[in-house]
Amino acid sequence: MNWLLVVEQCLNGLQFGVMLFLMAAGLTLVFGIMNLVNLAHGSLYMVGAYLATAAFNRTGSFLAAVAFALAATLAIGMLVEVIALRTLYERDHLDQVLATFGLILFFNEAVAIVWGRAALFTAVPRALSGHLQVLPGIPYPAYRAVIILVGLAVALLLYVVVSRTRLGMLIRAGASNRTMVGALGVNIRLLYTVVFGFGAALAALGGAMAGPIYSVLPGMGEEILIQVFVVIVIGGIGSIRGALVGAVVVGMVDTLGRAFLKPMLSTVLGPSAADNAGPALASMLIYILMAAVLFFRPQGLFPAVRS
Amino acid sequence: MRRTKEVTVRQLRIVLVLLLIVGLFAGQAVLAAEPVKIGFITSLSGPAGIIGKHMKDSVELALEHLGRKVGGLDVEVIYGDDQRKPDVGKQLADEMLKKHKVNFVSGIIWSNVMLAVAPTVTGAGTIMVGTNAGPHELAGKMCSELYFTTSWQNDQTPEAMGKYMQDQGLTDVYAMAPNYAAGKDMVSGFKRYFKGRVVDEVYTKLGQQDYQAEISQLRGKNPKAVFVFYPGDMGIQFLKQYAQAGLREQIPLYSVYTVDEISLPAVGEAALGNYETRYWSPDLKNEANAKYVGDFKKKFGYTPSFYGAQSYDGILLIDSAVRAVRGDLGNKKGMVAAMRKADFRSTRGKFSFNVNHTPIQNFYLLRAVKGAGGDMEMQIQKTVFENHKDAYYQECPMKW
Amino acid sequence: MRSARALTLVAGFLVLGLVPVVAALANQPFYLDLFRRIMIFAIAAVSLDLILGFGGMVSFGHAAYLGIGAYAVAIPAFYGIHSGLVQWPLALALSGLAALAIGAVSLRTSGVSFIMITLAFAQMLYYLGISINAWGADDGMRLARRSQFGGVVDLANAYVFYYVVFGVLVALLWLGHRLIHARFGVVIRAAKSNEPRMRAIGFATFRYKLAAFVIAGAGGGLAGALLTNQTEYLTPSYMHWTRSGDIMVMVILGGMGTLYGPVLGAVAFLLLEDILSAWTVHWQVVLGPLLVLVVLYARRGLYGLLPGAGARDG
Repeated sequence: MNWLLVVEQCLNGLQFGVMLFLMAAGLTLVFGIMNLVNLAHGSLYMVGAYLATAAFNRTGSFLAAVAFALAATLAIGMLVEVIALRTLYERDHLDQVLATFGLILFFNEAVAIVWGRAALFTAVPRALSGHLQVLPGIPYPAYRAVIILVGLAVALLLYVVVSRTRLGMLIRAGASNRTMVGALGVNIRLLYTVVFGFGAALAALGGAMAGPIYSVLPGMGEEILIQVFVVIVIGGIGSIRGALVGAVVVGMVDTLGRAFLKPMLSTVLGPSAADNAGPALASMLIYILMAAVLFFRPQGLFPAVRS
Repeated sequence: MRRTKEVTVRQLRIVLVLLLIVGLFAGQAVLAAEPVKIGFITSLSGPAGIIGKHMKDSVELALEHLGRKVGGLDVEVIYGDDQRKPDVGKQLADEMLKKHKVNFVSGIIWSNVMLAVAPTVTGAGTIMVGTNAGPHELAGKMCSELYFTTSWQNDQTPEAMGKYMQDQGLTDVYAMAPNYAAGKDMVSGFKRYFKGRVVDEVYTKLGQQDYQAEISQLRGKNPKAVFVFYPGDMGIQFLKQYAQAGLREQIPLYSVYTVDEISLPAVGEAALGNYETRYWSPDLKNEANAKYVGDFKKKFGYTPSFYGAQSYDGILLIDSAVRAVRGDLGNKKGMVAAMRKADFRSTRGKFSFNVNHTPIQNFYLLRAVKGAGGDMEMQIQKTVFENHKDAYYQECPMKW
Repeated sequence: MRSARALTLVAGFLVLGLVPVVAALANQPFYLDLFRRIMIFAIAAVSLDLILGFGGMVSFGHAAYLGIGAYAVAIPAFYGIHSGLVQWPLALALSGLAALAIGAVSLRTSGVSFIMITLAFAQMLYYLGISINAWGADDGMRLARRSQFGGVVDLANAYVFYYVVFGVLVALLWLGHRLIHARFGVVIRAAKSNEPRMRAIGFATFRYKLAAFVIAGAGGGLAGALLTNQTEYLTPSYMHWTRSGDIMVMVILGGMGTLYGPVLGAVAFLLLEDILSAWTVHWQVVLGPLLVLVVLYARRGLYGLLPGAGARDG
């Protein structure tokens, strides 16, 4: 076996995991703190991708475009929270599922009405279109390396915010005992709106970073949303640390499975059987992983502490 | 009193007779104005809605070119959105047949929707004109008198690519496609004509977004050329990531149903130099195509795709059928006989139907290049196949 | 209150039962197909509600059983076995067995983990379906003919097929009614509100819940068998997770934890889809906010809006 290739695939897995983490962080925050199942998180990712792409194609500055997408999606997220989701925190999870499912339909069509149904043109910003020689003889796209760095920076930032700042303290307190925090004079409604907007902005960051390598089109959030749910369930719902670990594990398992499952199976089963079984099994791998994790640890790998 | 009453009765009688006459005429008028009804089913919502839009716009353009008449009769087109689900497609077909009582059903993007819809339509004795999906079942064992397609049989396009790459003497080819029926059909169609060495065949998850892992594997195998089938947004993602990995300059990419006028605006220069095979291209030289492409761009402000061209052809084919029977829509035999002649000005130029009602047509090698205006466009390089027949027509028991 | 509700229900069933008559009189046989499809999804939704609404087991993988039931009809048909007496029991048995296996694993978890683990199993089956070339993979399989019942019941006749589906729906509702009021149903419902207490007083709640899960799965399988017959086509997309979502939406929209709510939900959802999509290609921009409004303002779903719905359901 070619070990350089294995190292390269691990890098790919890490990068894919980081991409998932950007989405998972916001979702698990909202999930853990407000106890809200937000299926429309993928829509916010899509909105972020659209806004960033539109701004990038107009201004030519990727940084400005991402900043704009973050701010605008933060505002949209807060608006959605105030109009539709605020009253749902106390409701059954299923009411939340239905309402946010409705939001998905709405956002997908709204985006199609504004920008049309065709995928938008996106390209990697020129400054990042080159390659890094991370490993001898293997050029690695600079843009993907940046994604890894951004993701790790976000993870660090979240850790600092949640564990070291006053906002983080309120968030943790609000998650464990909402009534008590409210009684102490904290405006819990505002806090929740801010947290939701914050989660939306994280999703937008994911979308904005994904735009240049994936395709920006209506419904782009759904495929990744399912994988992100897998991530946060494996990691333990509500836990940022769990989201990071879960994302990297899922990214690795999925990538390595796609890369090496078929060659490995063909040594056992022979090439023709591996041709059929390999891709099928690779597609199922993360679901098998999730089922296994839940079977042995129903609360996920890093269950968040809740009262 | 008496007199006035008599008068009123007489007046009433006259009015009644008049009404009856008017009614009869009105009835006649209604009968005469009974329009040709065409049910056009495609995917209009969701991510695939863009293909549906290309098809719908082309249908509208065809109607405009025909003066909003089909075969001289008024025409009504009812659009249905199948949401890419076979069961919804089937329900729409029933709705078209039983509620709207259409004379023709047309459209359909996806093979699986087509396999659910076509037998329903032909089973009800109605003519079906497919304008995209070409599953081998319908070209072979399940062929029907009442089923026509103005597109192609799925395998024809990869066969052309296989032929071209074989003629070029290429070898060590790496093949990739999504892991579903069409993906495997494409690779087997390719291998029907390509006899060189295939380094590896890789099937990826349907709807996959990230191909970096597969691209790393590919680089590790060091192939001389890559053949892929990635329709829709999978193609956009694959092409971008392939270019971003720096492979575009190193290993040439040959694809089918991957780079077209829908994906090009989104992919841009990441597709530069890409080879495709197809039976049609906007720059195909013939009078009908020039008119179609020119008017389409003028009316809708974007470049049409092959999805549109074959939908445009579908309406013209229906027009030729209704014209041949002089508007006698009950004359199915006459219409089928007329359609078999393919007697209309197709955007692909002159072609004929095989016994299974699948076109026998030319296939060209296309290349993505930078056009005069600076935008990316597909340009025809050479003819790969002349009058190419599909691989399944001998399984079709139909004789004519 | 009770009588108002009973009247509404009778009226509802009368309407469903009379659809073929009205369709025949109006010469609009299409509505037969439309309402038959609606009732098939109603069967799936009612079976899901048995665990979701009454048992609090939020399965996000109900489409898996729809798919298994569909395969149980299409695979025998592919090998020339067209008898419904083979296919339908097979659909019930296989989907029930699958539910037994999936439930045995999934019921160890609860809450969101349960939602996700059921989704995981459905996704595995979906990817399995699109990978099996022999059975059509993603293209699916055409059903040569609908299930045969020795010439006694001819499903090719639209009216006969309609009343068969109607009969299955009524039978399922009757069974559901009996189950909910039996000791079994009481245990399930009590376990939903307080499982530890139920265990403490000596009920093996796991077994009860698993049994309910199997019944619901078999119901989904039966709906799948009917759906392949309706479409005369099998496709693995019956198992796609959005389909599970659709069925779940029907249940919540109609009113979960009510017996007739899911039927109402299926009617409303699929009718809206048919009407809105004929009206504009942007129909989802209307349907989406409608769903949000229902959640915000109709807390017991559409069923809660019916006259007399305040009475205890059963």
